[in-house]
Amino acid sequence: MNTDKPRLLTFLDVLSGMLLTSAVLMVFLYAPVERTMGAVQKVFYFHVSTAWVGMLGFLAAAVVGVLYLTTRKIKWDLAGYAAVEISLVFFLIAIISGSIWARPTWNTWWTWDPRLTTAAIVELIYAAYLLLRAGVDDPARRARFSAVYAVFGFFSVPLTFIAIRLLRTIHPVVMGGSNPGGEGSFSMVAPMKQTFFFSLFAFSVIFIDLFWHRIRLEKVTSKIEELRIQLMD
Amino acid sequence: MIFLQSLWQTIPDTGSYMIAGYAVIFGIMFIYLVSIALRYRRAVQKLEYYQDQVK
Repeated sequence: MNTDKPRLLTFLDVLSGMLLTSAVLMVFLYAPVERTMGAVQKVFYFHVSTAWVGMLGFLAAAVVGVLYLTTRKIKWDLAGYAAVEISLVFFLIAIISGSIWARPTWNTWWTWDPRLTTAAIVELIYAAYLLLRAGVDDPARRARFSAVYAVFGFFSVPLTFIAIRLLRTIHPVVMGGSNPGGEGSFSMVAPMKQTFFFSLFAFSVIFIDLFWHRIRLEKVTSKIEELRIQLMD
Repeated sequence: MIFLQSLWQTIPDTGSYMIAGYAVIFGIMFIYLVSIALRYRRAVQKLEYYQDQVK
């Protein structure tokens, strides 16, 4: 098994680093300070971007789950596991950074608002995915259960997205609508929009980069397991 | 009057929350990156060991 790092992956690493640095510079040097919330509003750019990575990974896990169920190729199972792990980490970052943003804006670290509640449920649903995998020894059975779980688990993700658009909530709707009851709403001026979309793009590339790294790790782990079983026989 | 009000209006000092937010974002991202790198290195070492055993 070849464990050398592909050149394209090295390029992706460098590109991710450059994009992240540029996004940080845009957040701190280009985007203006919002008047009513002050500097804490700058958390918004990476808060949304990390949540975006979370949702992207959960979507990827559902897609590769369907691919596994139709083809039964173990590579899709490994990809699904990789995607969920990355998404769990980034979704957790989004939840914590949102809580920090909420403290000066809503005067509380946490409230059982529809958006926050559904986000916490999504995080717990996918944490259970990891527990499910850990509890099943047979690789084929584990892959089948995980794929089904990832497909059904994904239904919780759009709920989080639309929760602030359909239900009464204090969470602001910054893009694609407005929420009159939202506290901490702000209208984005052009430099804010540019910084926001650039951050989303940067984090999308970072996701692809991490996804590739994580799949490589899973492939090596899977090969180790294969060799171990071979030695035991 | 409006002009005077705008002069008195100050931007709230929430810089410490911004720093805390970005510390969490970069802190967790860094730990995760290091964990992937370490796990990969250990896995490759383990793979080499098993490949030697199988030969």
